[in-house]
Amino acid sequence: MKKIEAIVQPSRFDAVKSALQEVGVEGMTVSEVRGHGRQKGHTEVYRGSEYTVDLLPKIKVEMVVSETLAVSAVQAILRAAKTGKIGDGKIFVTTVDEAIRIRNEDRGEAAL
Amino acid sequence: MQRIVSRLMLGLILVCSLLVPAGFAQAPPTAGAAAAPQVQAQIATLEQHVADARSAGDNAWMLVCAALVLMMTGPGLALFYSGLVRKKNVLATMMQSFILMGLVTVLWAFFGYSLVFHEGNRFIGGLGYLFLHGVGAAPDPDYAATIPQQTFMVYQLMFAIITPALITGAFAERMKFKAMLLFMVLWTIIVYDPMAHMVWGKGGLLNASLGGAIPTLDFAGGTVVHVTSGVSALVCALYLGKRLGFPKEPMPPHSVVLSVIGACLLWVGWFGFNAGSALAAGSLATSAFVATHFGAAAAALGWAAAEWFVSGKASVLGAISGAVAGLVAITPAAGFVGPMSALAIGAIAGVVCYLMVTRVKSKFGYDDSLDVFGVHGAGGTLGALLTGVFAVKAINPIFKDAQGTATAVGLIDGHPSQVLNQCVGVAFAWVLGVVGTLVILKVVDWAVGLRVTEEQEVQGLDLSQHGEEGYNLEA
Repeated sequence: MKKIEAIVQPSRFDAVKSALQEVGVEGMTVSEVRGHGRQKGHTEVYRGSEYTVDLLPKIKVEMVVSETLAVSAVQAILRAAKTGKIGDGKIFVTTVDEAIRIRNEDRGEAAL
Repeated sequence: MQRIVSRLMLGLILVCSLLVPAGFAQAPPTAGAAAAPQVQAQIATLEQHVADARSAGDNAWMLVCAALVLMMTGPGLALFYSGLVRKKNVLATMMQSFILMGLVTVLWAFFGYSLVFHEGNRFIGGLGYLFLHGVGAAPDPDYAATIPQQTFMVYQLMFAIITPALITGAFAERMKFKAMLLFMVLWTIIVYDPMAHMVWGKGGLLNASLGGAIPTLDFAGGTVVHVTSGVSALVCALYLGKRLGFPKEPMPPHSVVLSVIGACLLWVGWFGFNAGSALAAGSLATSAFVATHFGAAAAALGWAAAEWFVSGKASVLGAISGAVAGLVAITPAAGFVGPMSALAIGAIAGVVCYLMVTRVKSKFGYDDSLDVFGVHGAGGTLGALLTGVFAVKAINPIFKDAQGTATAVGLIDGHPSQVLNQCVGVAFAWVLGVVGTLVILKVVDWAVGLRVTEEQEVQGLDLSQHGEEGYNLEA
């Protein structure tokens, strides 16, 4: 089982969600986060003085999928989230030791 | 027997014929002398009804104005200020305005009203109205002849509430709640009451309408409310020192949304503040209403334009600050200037206060957190001086010569020395504000300490002073 963590532009999130559903990803956790990579922030003005805001809003999508599905899920995210500009985000893939469905205590891939 | 009966009948008829004319008022008078007292009585009753109708109109208006001015503090100022601070201080900032609604009311009821509006000397009133003794339904003709004195009292109370509330902006995010309460009690007594008495009280040194020696034109409180609070705010900001992290760490408003709502409530409420200062529902109230609105409008545009020109964008915070600056500046002028002059005053105030808040503040580096001095202190001073320029007798014939003819009021009317009088009034407000506030700060600092600890400041005043969080959105 693999965990895929994707940090994407908020404006690309709807496309990413549709693309993932199309390849068969059935569960995901979405959070609103702030952060940056090498992207510069933007300047805001308060009472005439400028200051930089370098924590930019992003959407983080997390999902745990079977190894076979992981490849197509990553492809789907890349297709949907890429704009070619700085700030597109990142995808991280890690291995998951165990997955358990709380309702009926299914374990392993059956829990996904 | 028959003779007695007929004499009785005659007597009865005689008595009835005397009573009849008195009983039937509509009957045409049989003799001129008998008619006059009836008609006099009718006229007197009619006059009473007219006066009552007049009073009803004025009283209804003034009670609404009192409510509008209270609304300026809660929630107008509460929202305006709390939107500008960081999230962790939102409640504490609101509390500072809100609690004054309670505190100042009690002080006013006990002795505040007396110290301002009872006869005393040139600088402070007497204690004749202690516990509002004698302040009831009967009007005080020196102040407002057509409304109960109690209406006048409660209207003025709302001014006494908002003035100290304005100061809280300067020491936002770092003042101990306990210290603020003590400070406000002392400030109301030492600074507000004397200044208000001098400008508005019977026998006050600066009272333009009741024959003060140095008549300062201040229609609704440019000097009494804005200059005193603005200048005191500066002193507080300097004495308490900067917030931790200021100016390096950016501390943008946590919700300009709240501030916009607050500013709009202030604008609408200000009609009660300025137009209500006419103390009657007549054409002077209308004139002040129009001037107020025009001043706010021009100033909002002025500030926005200045900011657009300098920074490339007109910020929403700038636009609302501009409106407030215009309202402050028009406050002393509202019932003395014409509509076009009001536009001019507003436009000037918008630009000047913008410069105060961006250039002057950063140049001198003081942390007047919510720009109380830049907007109220500077705007009030500017407005008071411009009142001396733009006041005209055509709007308000406040100065009369020995024959009762109206004489020139301000500079454009042909009385340039009024500007000097305005300077004196403003100077009194400055000196009283600076000296009074310094003394009070020293006393309060010695008694309970002014500033919260570093840890409390970092944690936020909501938690450290009140044990609450403003937003529990996950709940």
